[in-house]
Amino acid sequence: MVIFNAKNLNIWFGQIQALRNVSIEIESNEILSIIGPSNSGKTSFLRMLNRLNDLNPGFKMSGWLEFAKEDIRKIDIESLRKRVGMVFALPLPLPLSIFDNIAYGVKMHGERNRRKISSIVEHSLKQAYLWDEVKDRLGVSAFKLSGGQQQRLCIARTLAVNPEVILFDEPCSGLDPISTAKVEEAMLKLKKDYTIVLVTNNVKQAARVGDRTAFFLSGELVELDRTEKIFTAPRDQRTDGYIRGKFG
Amino acid sequence: MRNTQRSQKIAFFFLFLATLLIVVPVGLIVVIIIQKGLPAINWQFLSDIPRQGMRSGGIFPAIIGTFYLVFGAIVFALPIGLLAAIYLSEYAKDNMLNRIIKLAIVNLSGVPSVVYGLFGLALFVVFFKFGASILSGSLTLGIMILPIIITTSREALESVPQSFREVSLSLGASKWQTIRQIVLPNAIPGILTGTILGLGRAAGETAPILFTVAAFYLPRLPKSIFDQAMALPYHLYVISTQVPNVDEKVRYGTALVLLVLVLFMNLVAIIIRYNFRKKKKW
Repeated sequence: MVIFNAKNLNIWFGQIQALRNVSIEIESNEILSIIGPSNSGKTSFLRMLNRLNDLNPGFKMSGWLEFAKEDIRKIDIESLRKRVGMVFALPLPLPLSIFDNIAYGVKMHGERNRRKISSIVEHSLKQAYLWDEVKDRLGVSAFKLSGGQQQRLCIARTLAVNPEVILFDEPCSGLDPISTAKVEEAMLKLKKDYTIVLVTNNVKQAARVGDRTAFFLSGELVELDRTEKIFTAPRDQRTDGYIRGKFG
Repeated sequence: MRNTQRSQKIAFFFLFLATLLIVVPVGLIVVIIIQKGLPAINWQFLSDIPRQGMRSGGIFPAIIGTFYLVFGAIVFALPIGLLAAIYLSEYAKDNMLNRIIKLAIVNLSGVPSVVYGLFGLALFVVFFKFGASILSGSLTLGIMILPIIITTSREALESVPQSFREVSLSLGASKWQTIRQIVLPNAIPGILTGTILGLGRAAGETAPILFTVAAFYLPRLPKSIFDQAMALPYHLYVISTQVPNVDEKVRYGTALVLLVLVLFMNLVAIIIRYNFRKKKKW
């Protein structure tokens, strides 16, 4: 099933055009990796999907973008963001305890029952492979965790509001290889229940986890195909050049 | 090489001298006030009404009057100032009109206090017919400290990292929930700083209360907010210039009490702020 459908999507920040005529279909329960050099528009595209670009004062768009067959601009923005969660490039815990970080979204959506909140917190931390490391100190500040733990905390926090899609915006850019492996492991397990869109600067990461891979360059979608195809026989020369590390 | 070191030493010397120039006079003022004022301080001075045309007795009504006025000013200015700051930093679009409004508010804090006094007289005392009363005085002081509270609160709100807002919104929280749960709690120390500055200014100013509330001599406590009241800064002015033959130690004693009162109020706010800062975790 197609969950996101973009047609001729153009966006601007002030005078600068960040996306040009992007048409893309994202299937549910796939991991779509988006690769490309910096300033290629991949993060701007990702932030379209939960309308986080709307926070930018000079933001304009044209074209068509639908989520679950609905015009994304017509969906109530809070319920859209509840259904489309996001994990940011840097681990960004809120200045709260570990428990309250996970419970935050749940509480904001009106859940009052403490026992239910506790069980959601536990379940989400288990899904993000963090539970065993933090179960004895849920009350301490989330800033006390290591970088890799903080990023898994952020994944758990996103999972806690029970989204359908999870957007990862270069989630491992600040992490060491072991933490990266843990985050990737979590992503592969999550694929069963969620649609994942992964923006990454790490081409090898896209090759490891993506079902399909999209290559962006200067705000345009150059190529989108099965990951094996992109990495073995890309149709476009520019894709080939980027993957081989000739530029970017 | 030696030249760089010498010019560095000279620079340090002047920087240190400038600091000294600021610290020494302030220190001297405090020392002189304590030295000359301390002998006047006793229980009677603090708890009695003024007697013999304010030449003896105490200053209790003026202390209470100042408390009422400062309290009233904060009760009026803090909520309004905070709401305005939230609007300006979180909701107002960045356009010409809002930039002019922000600039105007910053400039308002530089308006001489006697102008606020005159404004209070025209608006509260005469137009709203509150008369010379605690209500008029509190409102006038409140308006005077509003720009300070708005400006510092706005800065405090804007210093909360944008990423916290994005995280909260990305979890589906509404803008108002984000402000209440994430932005405000992390801005409280800065907001309290503004409140501290406002408190000190409201307690110490004479001009705004001159026309709106201050009684020359009122040897009893005010009964309601529509009563006039004595206040420490104005009382100090009166016994220093309007009443002949007031003992020097009474004047310095009054100044000392005003100083301690302002320091005490600041201290309370600083302790609250310290406790919030300790909880700040980023």
